[in-house]
Amino acid sequence: MPADLLLKTPLHAAHLAAGARMAPFAGWDMPLHYGSQLDEHHAVRAGAGVFDVSHMAQADLSGPQADHYLRRVLCGDVARIGTGKALYTCLLNEQAGIIDDLLVYRLGADRFRLVLNAARREADLAWLRARQADFDVVLTPRDDLAMLAVQGPQARTLTDPLLPAGVRAGVAGLARFAAAEEGDWLVGRTGYTGEDGYEIMLPAAAAPALWQALLQGGVRPAGLGARDTLRLEAGLSLYGHDMDDTVTPLECGLGWTVHWEPAQRDFIGRAALAAQRAAGPARQRAGVVLACRGVLRDGAPVLQDGRQIGHLTSGGFGPTIGRGIGLARVEAGADGACTIRIRDRELPARFVNPPFVREGALRVDLPPLANA
Amino acid sequence: MSQVPDTLRYTQTHEWLRQEADGSITVGITDHAQAQLGDLVYVELPAVGKALTAGDACAVVESVKAAADVYAPLTGTVLAFNDALASAPELVNQDPYGEGWLLRVSGDLPPDTLDAAAYRALTESA
Repeated sequence: MPADLLLKTPLHAAHLAAGARMAPFAGWDMPLHYGSQLDEHHAVRAGAGVFDVSHMAQADLSGPQADHYLRRVLCGDVARIGTGKALYTCLLNEQAGIIDDLLVYRLGADRFRLVLNAARREADLAWLRARQADFDVVLTPRDDLAMLAVQGPQARTLTDPLLPAGVRAGVAGLARFAAAEEGDWLVGRTGYTGEDGYEIMLPAAAAPALWQALLQGGVRPAGLGARDTLRLEAGLSLYGHDMDDTVTPLECGLGWTVHWEPAQRDFIGRAALAAQRAAGPARQRAGVVLACRGVLRDGAPVLQDGRQIGHLTSGGFGPTIGRGIGLARVEAGADGACTIRIRDRELPARFVNPPFVREGALRVDLPPLANA
Repeated sequence: MSQVPDTLRYTQTHEWLRQEADGSITVGITDHAQAQLGDLVYVELPAVGKALTAGDACAVVESVKAAADVYAPLTGTVLAFNDALASAPELVNQDPYGEGWLLRVSGDLPPDTLDAAAYRALTESA
């Protein structure tokens, strides 16, 4: 897509001013990095970084049947969260394939905020609207809002003084996966990096000032490149890579986002998912760590005893770990050692349980480094 | 602006060449190339003694997001490779014309390489 047709977030000029290398992402002109993706990655693990995630779609759902409606369309049960709490779950089709993964915030008894992947915005909204007829609900895209993610061990300390007074009071002592709302500001203690921090939804017009204040306060701007290596080390799935509408939550490590109880809640995809659960899924998600130097790549075949048993759905280099790491979809039960085919070589690797890194600390045993 | 030392020769595919006093040719990737790739995290180099054919892929440089082939700028034999890059691939980012060199190759400097002015024109028009 020509650069002038790409969408721009309210922080586009700020990115250019910060020296960003821009790249197209899901129709948006987004910062890839501001000089060094690795430095940004390490800054988030050690201090704090801020990501412009305004390209993600926000939509409000309200109405007397908003709760009933979401209990039908989402595989996770919003009845489990009280006001001011967030739930990570999936929107499934009838075959239990994942239409999108999303965060849903309960803002009141009959009022919710959905945060959707940028690339899935139109598909999600069309799907949600097509299933609205039987429910008294109103779905409103919030294109008037921006979103910043401030992540890292210092993120909350550095961000709190910069928030408007009302929301600042609300975030004091905020639990994980909880949120504080004040006017059009919504601050959730959530994120996508494996570190503590906030995701801040705010009026688009207010975003540049907060961005500038964060940078002046010592928070480092971080691009989509670092966001990807951080989420990969944290073992967090990426839509379109680790999951899509042909993959069920049970096949990609997202079974925990499904709430089976109460048994009478008939969410879309339940029957297909229950049948797969009863039969035992043929595929599962696994983490892999290279036992030699190198970088893993999406799509690379995963082999065991010379036979391909799956492929990498995400692959890269873990800057905190210093190893090639990946997420794979493999035959159920895969364990132990494996090899990954990269170009014409088979590299030794080992299956591990993600996350690889959480809150700055290594969470997997690294296999000894071999010469490949 | 990326650096393009006047003393080196260059290829269309962003390798640089330097003739050494002993007649061997040192090969690396340019400052422009490393900047385009971003942080390098792995470099795969050919073994000493390997025969190279001009224009064929002879090494791979991998950044966090992408792998890129390095093309042999001349036909010859690998005399040495920079083994410091195994544990410190970032040397290519930090010092592409010095500590970040890739290979030393026997052979003749090809006549069709670019001088600094021509390479500068190539990268500025890109």
